[in-house]
Amino acid sequence: MSDPQTTDTRSTESGRDNMPTFVPPADIFDIDQKIVMLLDMPGADPASVDVALERRVLTVSAHSQPFRPQNYTLLHSEYEEGNYERAFTLSDEVDGERIEATLKDGVLRLTLPKTTPSPAKKIAVKSA
Amino acid sequence: MTMLMEYSGGNGRWPDLFRNMRRSQDEMSRLLGGLRLAPQAEFPPVNVWTGTDGAIITAEVPGISPEQLDITVHGNTVTLRGKREPEFVGDTSASNTSTSGTSTSGASTSDTSTPNTIRQERVFGDFTRTVVLPFRVDPDNVAARFERGIVFVELPRPAADKPRHIKVARA
Repeated sequence: MSDPQTTDTRSTESGRDNMPTFVPPADIFDIDQKIVMLLDMPGADPASVDVALERRVLTVSAHSQPFRPQNYTLLHSEYEEGNYERAFTLSDEVDGERIEATLKDGVLRLTLPKTTPSPAKKIAVKSA
Repeated sequence: MTMLMEYSGGNGRWPDLFRNMRRSQDEMSRLLGGLRLAPQAEFPPVNVWTGTDGAIITAEVPGISPEQLDITVHGNTVTLRGKREPEFVGDTSASNTSTSGTSTSGASTSDTSTPNTIRQERVFGDFTRTVVLPFRVDPDNVAARFERGIVFVELPRPAADKPRHIKVARA
């Protein structure tokens, strides 16, 4: 008479090492010829930051190294360490080829240069 | 019978009925802890680690340079003070027209001098956090380092204050 629930809890013991994924808060500014985005990602490993643009969706992700000092226990916790991920849908006026990204002091700065959008095409309707 | 063994962790002692409750509580806080969009009660959020040798306080302070952080230690109290400035955006001084709220879409009246804020989700301003530790710390040996937007403050206990092990002697 084995309870499937109790056997399940064994897998969550090992799952404790999975870190949660947070959505980093972002500030977005529009200046002249570019759009600047600043994302707060404290603790993110600079080597793991991934900025990818696929079609019009910009996805930012990063991993953190957990801080586990030896011989210390966590007494009070107000934040959790975790991975970061956020996706943005860009408008047509952003030039996907020239996006720049810098990570400094836990803040990711993305510079997206604007380009003139392709003009709207007018389609002639033929009458059959 | 096997169910009782599962609940007691398999070592044969009395079953711990609260273990599953605690475990489901951990799962819930792990699930809900991922929701960071709720406004934070205090800035910066602080974690406190303690051990026999002292304490380590970590705080998330992204975008703040170490020069702007002011850490003071007194007895068993540690105070973290500083100011988070909005960053320099664009080619001119960053005087943001900060619109409150999260997703306010900016109709860009193309003002060529000041940046137009489309979304503002991060907090700025002065902050002060005070942490009271369960023991006194040695202010002469406090070390702090700033890495990737997190500040780590290591606070050792004075040698005289460290707990001593007492041997139990047989009479």
